[in-house]
Amino acid sequence: MTSLPLTLTINGHRHELEVDPRVTLLDLLRERLELTGTKKGCDRGQCGACTVLVDGKRINSCLALAVSHDGAKVLTIEGVSHGEDLHPVQAAFIAHDGFQCGFCTPGQIMSTLGLIAEAQAGDDPERIREGMSGNLCRCAAYGGIVEAVLEAQEQLAKADRRTAA
Amino acid sequence: MKNFDYIRPTTIPDALAAAAEPGSAYLAGGTNLLDLMKGGVTSPDRVVDISRLPELNRIERLADGGLRIGALVRNADLAHDPEFARSYPAVAEALLSGASAQLRNAATVGGNLLQRTRCSYFYDTASACNKREPGAGCDALGGENRLHAVLGWSDACIATHPSDFCVPLVALDAVVEIEGKKGRRHVTLEEFHRLPGQTPQRENGLEPGDLIVGVRLPAEAASFSANARYLKVRERTSYAFAVVSAAAALVVEGGKIRQARLALGGVAAKPWRARSAEAVLLGADADETSFVRAADAALADASPSGDNAFKIELTRRIVVRALMSALAGTPGRLPALPASPFSSIPGVRHDA
Repeated sequence: MTSLPLTLTINGHRHELEVDPRVTLLDLLRERLELTGTKKGCDRGQCGACTVLVDGKRINSCLALAVSHDGAKVLTIEGVSHGEDLHPVQAAFIAHDGFQCGFCTPGQIMSTLGLIAEAQAGDDPERIREGMSGNLCRCAAYGGIVEAVLEAQEQLAKADRRTAA
Repeated sequence: MKNFDYIRPTTIPDALAAAAEPGSAYLAGGTNLLDLMKGGVTSPDRVVDISRLPELNRIERLADGGLRIGALVRNADLAHDPEFARSYPAVAEALLSGASAQLRNAATVGGNLLQRTRCSYFYDTASACNKREPGAGCDALGGENRLHAVLGWSDACIATHPSDFCVPLVALDAVVEIEGKKGRRHVTLEEFHRLPGQTPQRENGLEPGDLIVGVRLPAEAASFSANARYLKVRERTSYAFAVVSAAAALVVEGGKIRQARLALGGVAAKPWRARSAEAVLLGADADETSFVRAADAALADASPSGDNAFKIELTRRIVVRALMSALAGTPGRLPALPASPFSSIPGVRHDA
């Protein structure tokens, strides 16, 4: 079995690894690095549970070969909070009941971070629903999810304005 | 997943040399290839990762007024490029109606052209499929085939091409740039994809080892920017492949159609340029009567390949609606649900 060298910066920590080329970014996170917050739902790019940010952009980590992302910066759900302080997106999901069983939630939150950074949806609930359509929620907490995205976006914009002032 | 050698070349010639070995597959975004490899539908011996080749991730304006899109430009980056979206709005709309935001961040221009059919018998390795295994037969014929082809199909294969992006591209005379053993060549997108005939495994004009390096849009493609739309019927509101779709682009002067482009998606093994419909439209009054005649011409040769006769009438209606939407004018901002027939369009009947 050939192993290939791979360097990734995950949640700010640099990892120098040797991996089988078949290993997906998702399996690397979960099985090798014990970062099991990123979930494996369909493993085929159909559900969004495995969403992470790679170099700031949301992707399905199940459809990414780890070796192909050598040198990348990866953000997973484990790297989102500031210590014990929840990130505004996490807090908003709790405040608005943006989940029930919680399995899709890490993917929903990572996707929300991606969506807000893309800045295409604004505060239009319909555009947010469309922008979040790659994350399925079998409990159908969609109403709460859209409210959480709106709230988190507003909180982050306020924080930005405070920083700028 | 079967074991494979992984190679990451740093130049195009090195990539071509690496992929010259039989059993090689190029990897770019991986959104389709990895899915196929996990399902055992494709089992390459060697994966040639082209995702970092320089010079293939640029959008360049050409001296002749055309545009060159590098093969590695990501779907989302292209759709959200303001100048691109202004000049080719139907292409941006098609891109944003496809897949999900996560997939669009990874999927590339070249990979979109090469994505495989979503026919479930192609994906199910226990089923007979002439595309996956030439000569095996086709379980889609006589199977669950309500979403299969109504144009250009054969008794060997009734699969459809799943791309949204390719539909407006073929309408706008896009050209595929291919780098191969004998150098670079240009093939129109219309000629690039093939109909199945008796060789459904031959899906396009690529030879082994050939690499798509870019897609060009001719200068004329931007002349439709004021009246261009893509409409797509899906079985759910978002994040689904087309049941049927249509790209329509018009140039209208004094109520007459001066130029017309029409292409259909989800109906054939290739993005379907409806030239007979364009001929009907040219010089005609820009109104619903002309559009209905054009739709009839576009579907004149259609026939069901199974339980999918409804797609013929559905396509006819979506053609009329796409043309009416194009006539109404490209919206200043894409609707919240790109390409959705559920977005209301002033002056357009909901059932047309």
